[in-house]
Amino acid sequence: MKTKIRKIVTFVEETRTEMGQPVNPPTRRAAAAAVIENPFAGKYVPDLTELMEVGEELGALLAERAVAALGISGPSAESYGKAAAVGENGELEHAAAILHPKLGTPVRKVLGKGAALIPSSKKRGGPGIPLDIPLGHKDAAFVRSHFDGMEIRVNDAPRANEILVAVAVTDSGRPLARVGGLTKDQIKGEDGLR
Amino acid sequence: MPEVLVRKRVVTVEEIFHEGGPVSSKPLRRVAALAVIHNPFAGKYVPEISGYMEDLKPLGLEMAKSLVAALGGDPKIVEGYGKGAIVGQAGELEHGALWHVPGGYAMRELLGGAKAIVASTKKVGGPGARLDVPITHINASYVRSHFDSMEVGIADAPRADEILLALVMTTGPRIHARVGGLKASEMKGEDGLR
Repeated sequence: MKTKIRKIVTFVEETRTEMGQPVNPPTRRAAAAAVIENPFAGKYVPDLTELMEVGEELGALLAERAVAALGISGPSAESYGKAAAVGENGELEHAAAILHPKLGTPVRKVLGKGAALIPSSKKRGGPGIPLDIPLGHKDAAFVRSHFDGMEIRVNDAPRANEILVAVAVTDSGRPLARVGGLTKDQIKGEDGLR
Repeated sequence: MPEVLVRKRVVTVEEIFHEGGPVSSKPLRRVAALAVIHNPFAGKYVPEISGYMEDLKPLGLEMAKSLVAALGGDPKIVEGYGKGAIVGQAGELEHGALWHVPGGYAMRELLGGAKAIVASTKKVGGPGARLDVPITHINASYVRSHFDSMEVGIADAPRADEILLALVMTTGPRIHARVGGLKASEMKGEDGLR
């Protein structure tokens, strides 16, 4: 593997009740995050190809870890998202190089499908900075019950010359979703939107 | 005593390959199981609360099992442990102390009679409060290479009338441990200290 990984962290959240109402079955989200060395920290490098390849490696690794943490098969996943935090010696564009060109294809391979855009967020910051990973349904971005987000953080990352990269996967929408809109049983799944 | 109501559970796994030094052939894993429960004593002073410790034992055992499962199912690979609690603002620190007995019991039960005291910490805090859970060797508190900690927390917990309970296990020493002291290979394992 080309990517230099210091640490991998997985998170699983299971919500069983909300405002005293049982959530049955419980909603579950998982995120897998890698803390990697930023090969371009501290200098301006015009060509970011290396980080795009890092994104490809991490897409497969993190999607597999997140799905495994939920104990489900890839195709059973319902929503997904991705995010990165660049340490202080890097550029926001380094996060963009990891997240946007090549990370999505291997994620979709793990999940079987994934017609919808993978929602994303990025930022620069110091160790312990929270990442709010946006979540959307993997086959139809307009499924309102699955608009969500998952906060994660790793207290000792990213260091100045590191990047924290995360992929989140769920097997469900929000607990007690009840604000209408497109529901998952109405998905056509053709254009990635509805 | 009142029923134990769980709103949410979170399992976090950290896998650490290096921290600037040589990449270890055996990555250190730290796992945390968190449960957010309703605090039945919130908002008032209740003199007699100790019966609730017994009620928390099944939850403790369930959390300890989820830790061992997250490590692959074999309790023999566990070398360090710790526990902690964050009490929501309508509760008192003493409510966090309810976790000492059931949290310790649960991990010892599963690890086959671990001898060392389970290191612990607690505090009162709001949603998103972080807790640095202390970690020591399961059979000898003085094993210096295993003095460690894991930061845990949940963005939306504890609410005012909740308690966040934490159990933590690790699979080995700090990744680049090299400050001397009692080694795991030198411990007698009789008194829980050395």
